[in-house]
Amino acid sequence: MIDAKRRYDVLVIGGGNAALCAAISARRSGASVLVLEGAPKFYRGGNTRHTRNMRCAHDAATEILTGPYTEDEFWNDLLLVTKGRTDEDLARFMIHESKEMLTWITEQGVRFQPSLGGTLSLGRTNSFFLGGGRSMLNALYLTAEKLGVEVAYDAEVVGLNIDGGMFVSAVVQHEGAKLEVRAATLVAASGGFEANIEWLKASWGDVADNFLIRGTPYNRGTVLRMLLDSGVESVGDPTQCHAVAIDARAPKFDGGIITRLDCVVFGIVVNKHAQRFYDEGEDIWPKRYAIWGRLVAAQPDQIAYIVFDAKSLDLFMPSLFPPIRANSIRELGGKLGLDPEALDATVTGFNGAVQPGTFDTTKLDDCRTEGLSPPKTHWARALDTAPFYAYPVRPGITFTYLGTRVDKRACILMEGGTPSANMFAAGEIMAGNVLGQGYAAGIGMTIGSVFGRVAGREAAAHARN
Amino acid sequence: MHATDTTPDEALPEDVLPTTALQEAGRLMTVCNSCRYCEGLCAVFPAMEMRRTFTSGDLNYLANLCHNCSACYYDCQFSPPHEFDVNVPRVLAEVRNESYQAYAWPPAFAGAFERNGLTISIVTALSVAAFILGFVAFRDPSVLFATHTGPGAFYRLMPHNAMALLFGLAFLYALVAMGMGLRMFWRDIKEPPETLREPPSLWQAMKDAGSLRYLDGGGVGCMNEDERPTDNRRLYHHLTFYGFMLCFAATSVATLYHYVVGREAPYYWYDLPVILGTLGGIGLLIGPVGLLVAKRKRDSVVQDEVRLGMDVAFIAMLFLTSLTGLLLLFLRETPAMGMLLAVHLGVVFSLFITMPYSKMVHGLYRFTALVRYAKERRTLAESHATAG
Ligand SMILES: Cc1cc2nc3c(=O)[nH]c(=O)nc-3n(C[C@H](O)[C@H](O)[C@H](O)COP(=O)(O)OP(=O)(O)OC[C@H]3O[C@@H](n4cnc5c(N)ncnc54)[C@H](O)[C@@H]3O)c2cc1C
Repeated sequence: MIDAKRRYDVLVIGGGNAALCAAISARRSGASVLVLEGAPKFYRGGNTRHTRNMRCAHDAATEILTGPYTEDEFWNDLLLVTKGRTDEDLARFMIHESKEMLTWITEQGVRFQPSLGGTLSLGRTNSFFLGGGRSMLNALYLTAEKLGVEVAYDAEVVGLNIDGGMFVSAVVQHEGAKLEVRAATLVAASGGFEANIEWLKASWGDVADNFLIRGTPYNRGTVLRMLLDSGVESVGDPTQCHAVAIDARAPKFDGGIITRLDCVVFGIVVNKHAQRFYDEGEDIWPKRYAIWGRLVAAQPDQIAYIVFDAKSLDLFMPSLFPPIRANSIRELGGKLGLDPEALDATVTGFNGAVQPGTFDTTKLDDCRTEGLSPPKTHWARALDTAPFYAYPVRPGITFTYLGTRVDKRACILMEGGTPSANMFAAGEIMAGNVLGQGYAAGIGMTIGSVFGRVAGREAAAHARN
Repeated sequence: MHATDTTPDEALPEDVLPTTALQEAGRLMTVCNSCRYCEGLCAVFPAMEMRRTFTSGDLNYLANLCHNCSACYYDCQFSPPHEFDVNVPRVLAEVRNESYQAYAWPPAFAGAFERNGLTISIVTALSVAAFILGFVAFRDPSVLFATHTGPGAFYRLMPHNAMALLFGLAFLYALVAMGMGLRMFWRDIKEPPETLREPPSLWQAMKDAGSLRYLDGGGVGCMNEDERPTDNRRLYHHLTFYGFMLCFAATSVATLYHYVVGREAPYYWYDLPVILGTLGGIGLLIGPVGLLVAKRKRDSVVQDEVRLGMDVAFIAMLFLTSLTGLLLLFLRETPAMGMLLAVHLGVVFSLFITMPYSKMVHGLYRFTALVRYAKERRTLAESHATAG
């Protein structure tokens, strides 16, 4: 498959959304393209396999989007979630380009549908892939194949020859041998380092042993590490990532979307000492979803328990594992391995602090606690109706933000800020340029598509000069 | 061991599903309901989303709603080799095939679904033999090999009234047995009988079934060999189904001709029964061959491999019905006619009496499942409209 004698115009490392958008756009610009995907064919496309939607600006409602989402509104949302830790120039550029993305990616065979059942709050801003991320990838691979892009699976890049900011060749482990592949340009689209527990531990400490990785086990940051070691300028903080609280019973890797839990706002969350530690009702769930991974990571043993009662059982999306059930809070505590007395005391204290109000899940309601620390500021209802339920949760890492700095051409910048001669990056590997911290649903795919497309185009143009 | 096995104390007695296939389907629907990425592909997933727990009746309903387009298998991030091992098309095919057996009437004949290919072959062989013997026994053996032409030629081998009576009874039996099956299905899924009389639901289901709306992978076509939507199963199914309907129409027109107008078969090539029958017959030759070829090429992972014989037997019967019918048309003025008539009638007779114990029932259960789905969709839309 891999022709080691040939010199390709564009070498793309990775096999997800960013890689395929880059490969297709480079090929459409006339370049010869080789894609090296480290995973086997079934697992091609890393985290992209697990996605469901992308966030793009648009000026009017469409068949699948319920209303307009202007560039300014998108920018304000990004500013809010990142608390300003973003490269404004680059982010505004991405948002502007995202407008064209919906059309472009549809032209590459990707199909959309209105927002999924249970995700109505995203119906205006996010476009959902019909059949999900793997369907989206199948469409992109089919298009790439038809265009003549060459793809090799089980082809992990283990070495890069970079000479003074200029890419020369890559060493790939393939079919039991190490091959050297030469190309005029490089597009690095090989994801973050979320599946590399050792690297996570280097910045988080041993607590990272208790993290679950929600997506692909193949994003180990090999290429990112090699680039950073070759004088590429890094961007972002190594502890920053998208992390949510997921079911603690999920597998270590690749449990995907179905282990997420959407019930925090309906109950209380306690740590292993049966103590609450954060306002569960601070804001509507889509806006708080992505803070709970870090919150649980800061608790002893990185474990917590969402406790709720029969009133709330059917109010949220179902998930993979059934909740643990008991007829009393004490019994529940016992089943969870918590001190039953302590849990009972916490629940009694909470119930006593709940104020009368009108429970309404569709808005920030007036059900709150009084005189409790931390408070629960909305949707606070006494846990008084048996049976009682609990989900154990752990931090689930979605993807990391530390990456390579790039410019608006998706060109990798070397330390000091000079653009590399022929290296580009797209997707998770450069997400930190836009996301210093925080997250807005669907932006991972926007980063990959927009910068992937730009990277492919720019790489092809460079290769042909 | 599956990662999604429920802990023992969560499973209440009434939750226990009777068969392995149903248990697996129950597990899968819990996985799928937590994901929902496939909800735009077909009717199964939106119907699933209307529920949070799944009884065997619910699963039988969903299984019969599934057209086995298989898009959800190739679109799934959790299909094998992933440890969650999600294979909805295969498991629903197993549940569906089991449900045919469970609903069979009379229950004593349910075993016909076990080794369906063999059963149908034997019944067909016996049926053909009976017609040949019958012709010989009731008529002079020489009649079988003589050349007969002109109106009433067929009836020199078997009187028209005898033919009409025999086939009328066989067909009636099939209708009654299938009706009883439908009753079982409807009770199992706990749907009131009135639903089958609601014009909007019926009309919607007729449109969905008539166009095979859900055999299209959500728009790109269904998947057959791999993740590339290249398959023409919908086209071949249309040829088969509409071919069958045209043949049925040909027979009906001919019967009317006979009793109402008093015109006897064989008819001229330009007469309505012949035109309908020929067109239908051609569809019923190409369609089944196409379906059979597609089935052979199909990724075995998404099929119920244990019961492939049932599919093949049904397709083969339709093909044989058409083939023998067309041969009869072309060779009716030769000495081969007598033998061909016996074979054709034998095949059709077998098709009729095995109908309730063949894959034919898929049409009945799927169509009625679509009727229920149409009703559920409407009810949901109405409740949303009143809610806000
Ligand atoms: C459960 C889950 C749900 C998500 N849902 C959404 C969503 O709905 N919307 C959204 O916008 N984002 C979502 N995300 C985030 C999203 O998945 C990522 O932001 C996006 O897919 C990143 O695309 P990418 O192409 O950069 O990386 P990936 O899609 O992860 O692709 C990276 C590829 O590089 C390959 N690779 C890694 N190292 C090497 C190497 N050394 N050599 C060769 N190949 C290598 C990997 O095998 C992989 O295929 C979700 C993530 C998860 C885990």
